[in-house]
Amino acid sequence: MQIAFFVLLVVMAGTSGEMFVSRAMKEIGEVTSFRPAAIARVVLRALGQGWMWAGLAMMALAFFSLLVLLSRANVSFVVPVTALSYVMAALGGRFFLGEQVSAGRWMGVCLVCLGVALVWAG
Amino acid sequence: MPSGEKLRGKTAVLLFLMVFFGAGGDTLLGKGMRAVGPPAAWNPGEVAAFLGRAVISPVVWIGFASLLLFFLAYMLVLTWADFSYVLPASAASYAVVPLLGHFFLGEGVSPLRWTGVALIALGVGLVGQTPPSTVRAAAVASPAVETARVD
Repeated sequence: MQIAFFVLLVVMAGTSGEMFVSRAMKEIGEVTSFRPAAIARVVLRALGQGWMWAGLAMMALAFFSLLVLLSRANVSFVVPVTALSYVMAALGGRFFLGEQVSAGRWMGVCLVCLGVALVWAG
Repeated sequence: MPSGEKLRGKTAVLLFLMVFFGAGGDTLLGKGMRAVGPPAAWNPGEVAAFLGRAVISPVVWIGFASLLLFFLAYMLVLTWADFSYVLPASAASYAVVPLLGHFFLGEGVSPLRWTGVALIALGVGLVGQTPPSTVRAAAVASPAVETARVD
């Protein structure tokens, strides 16, 4: 039961964190140079974005939950079940953002759900 | 087109680094945290003690450093490629982590669980094949998409 709770926390906090970080990095634009100084500038600019901080806070919560899960269960169980993030992203996109989710994408979501059920049962 | 070629090359390198550092980091973190053990109780003192034990574990630190490198590669690739281009690397990681857990940490993985892992990697890959319609406008302007069409 506790395992299920922390899986849910990893999935929900992790998914929203990734969405926020993705949004922050899109504001910055394409990185064209890979010199350390240029990468450091990108990191500093990223830290100036409000979305980045919201994303990092959610990711910290997800990371804490991941640590708790990994302290109790095998990594070959924990990491595959966190793929439920893609199910959460599709459901969130469809019902909270009103996006059109294609048939192919729903098929992927169904496969992930089935896979997680098997990993949980195994 | 030389610039398209170069972009495809750097995307491939960063996707590989994402799988390498992401899957490796998860595996090391798992090894470290199993040694640390779960919090003895859910009160602030025991949770702090749990985090304290994790913080002094070298294996946890190496795993954490590896995940930071994963995160850096992930952030860089997202500045030019769409979310859906990053997904194949994520899909591969879901299969690579159980393999590392099995061969390096000696975790027993049942055939049923391997089947589940394969379905998950396939499902995540399929999600990536069909990006949501909301990114269409951005994708038209994205050089990464043009590169893919050349393939």
